[in-house]
Amino acid sequence: MFTAIFGSVEAGVIYALMALGVYLSFRILDFPDLTVDGSFVTGASVAAILIVGGTNPIVATLAAVIAGFLAGCVTGLLHTKGKINPLLSGILMMIALYSINLRIMGKSNVPLLQEETIMTKITNLWQGLKLDEMAGTLLSSVGLANFVPKTWGILFIMTLLALLIKGMIDWFLKTDIGLAIRATGDNETMIRSFSADTDLLKVLGLGISNGLVALSGALIAQYNGFSDVGMGIGMIIIGLASVIIGEAVFGAKTIIRATLAVIGGAILYRIIITLALRVEFLETGDMKLITAFIVVSALVIPRLFDQQKERQKKKNRLLASKKIQIPANEKSGEKLAPVKSNI
Amino acid sequence: MKSLLQLNQIYKVFNEGTPDEKIAIDHLNLCLKSGDFVTVIGSNGAGKSTLMNIISGKMTPDIGTVEIDGRDVTGMKEHRRSKLIGRVFQDPMAGTAPSMTIEENLAIAYARTQTRGLTFGVSRKRREFFKEKLEMLHLGLENRLEAKVGLLSGGERQALSLLMATFTEPKILLLDEHTAALDPSRAELISELTKEIVKEFKLTTLMVTHNMQQALDLGNKLIMMDKGQIIFHADESEKPLLTVEKLLLEFQRIRGEKMSSDRAVLI
Repeated sequence: MFTAIFGSVEAGVIYALMALGVYLSFRILDFPDLTVDGSFVTGASVAAILIVGGTNPIVATLAAVIAGFLAGCVTGLLHTKGKINPLLSGILMMIALYSINLRIMGKSNVPLLQEETIMTKITNLWQGLKLDEMAGTLLSSVGLANFVPKTWGILFIMTLLALLIKGMIDWFLKTDIGLAIRATGDNETMIRSFSADTDLLKVLGLGISNGLVALSGALIAQYNGFSDVGMGIGMIIIGLASVIIGEAVFGAKTIIRATLAVIGGAILYRIIITLALRVEFLETGDMKLITAFIVVSALVIPRLFDQQKERQKKKNRLLASKKIQIPANEKSGEKLAPVKSNI
Repeated sequence: MKSLLQLNQIYKVFNEGTPDEKIAIDHLNLCLKSGDFVTVIGSNGAGKSTLMNIISGKMTPDIGTVEIDGRDVTGMKEHRRSKLIGRVFQDPMAGTAPSMTIEENLAIAYARTQTRGLTFGVSRKRREFFKEKLEMLHLGLENRLEAKVGLLSGGERQALSLLMATFTEPKILLLDEHTAALDPSRAELISELTKEIVKEFKLTTLMVTHNMQQALDLGNKLIMMDKGQIIFHADESEKPLLTVEKLLLEFQRIRGEKMSSDRAVLI
């Protein structure tokens, strides 16, 4: 059980990078970008094929990011210059990328189990530091010997990476360009009247978003030990699920909080899926159905809570107004009237 | 005095060649000198909004040229041209980004004249500057720098839009019925602010309005538009003598003449 949860947290942190990408397009740019299903695999296949060819895994992963960035830019160009509807430009790109990904890999599946990847590098580095043994003995000493995972290294480094990228996104969205990108998603008329090229900003935003998605794909391929042309199916919904769960659970008042919420949401999503799959009658094939169910509940349940709160408030107000009805004759109306500023 | 905004023989037609064909702007010439504040009145469909859109670059004229500060900007894209132009829209929601804070909105406006880079939008120095400018509005917004703009009232948002469009001192300020969506007292307040701000920054301004009294209260020149043409023009010396009654009479006189000439053609 613990190993399963541990694994889902590990994978969740890597998928969080993809979710951050989805957050950028979906929330910041207000652009429902379906390219994600394709660009995730593009990242995985570029990294996989380069690693098999003997390239340093870090270089291969960086190449994957660039490939994802370019894919996102093309979607942006389809929408801004081709004047194609956002959903359709994403779908077109997703379909096109399916064939491109097959071309990149040359076949539908590239195994990486025998190769040196970022994950094997981390594991080796971590073993050199002997930190796992320390953590292991610590856990054993408190009687948790069954709960010792293979290595803490991947979780540690990936968490660090996710937080680093979160920090970079937070910083970027506060720069002049970042503010302009946010305004593009918020009020396009306004930002255009302040001399910003919204077309360029959208292309850039989608590029960065898909770059992150491809990074996540490249790391997942190395984590799972293979790249497969079908591994991206439904990825956009997983990303959305992470964003929506994160926002519902952790809140999204400021950018800094929202990006953290997205990472939390991605991990939470993995844990929910893992737990759900342990239920007797559910099978691995049901995962997409569970995902859809999670997204629907994350969207509907907070609304129900709000409605409940609203009803409670009304009730309280009704009670309160009944109580003060008697002294209300004595000009208390003036006191009750909401204070208005002069504008 | 040199002319800051010059429109030469502007012609714009919509739905050309169809039964819905409509000439929006009909060979219009207009010249604003530096420091001019021109108010534009006219009935619906007179071509006022099209005129604003052609100046701002949202539309390109079919014939004619637009010059700003001696530079031909007819083919220049809207976002490039907005380095020179400040705009306030009729809709109070249109000029600000609701999910961003007041200071972030101001930072976006501040970057209008610059090339955007990777420096922080809201630095400590800029924040002081924003505070100082917000004080001009007398609304206490300088104490709410980190409030989301979506929480402000329509009047507050329009005042903020006005400040954002002007504090970087654009060559031309375009006001498109910017008080029309507000209630009378707030419209009055925005009118007053407009007067103050235009004077403070010595802005060359073109203001469209439906409110004749406002058109008379503000600015040093007035033009009346009908059917895509300027049918009446009052300069600095004539405008102070105008009243709403005189304007209405003038409007009827010119329209009446046109109608009678049309009838003459029919007979």
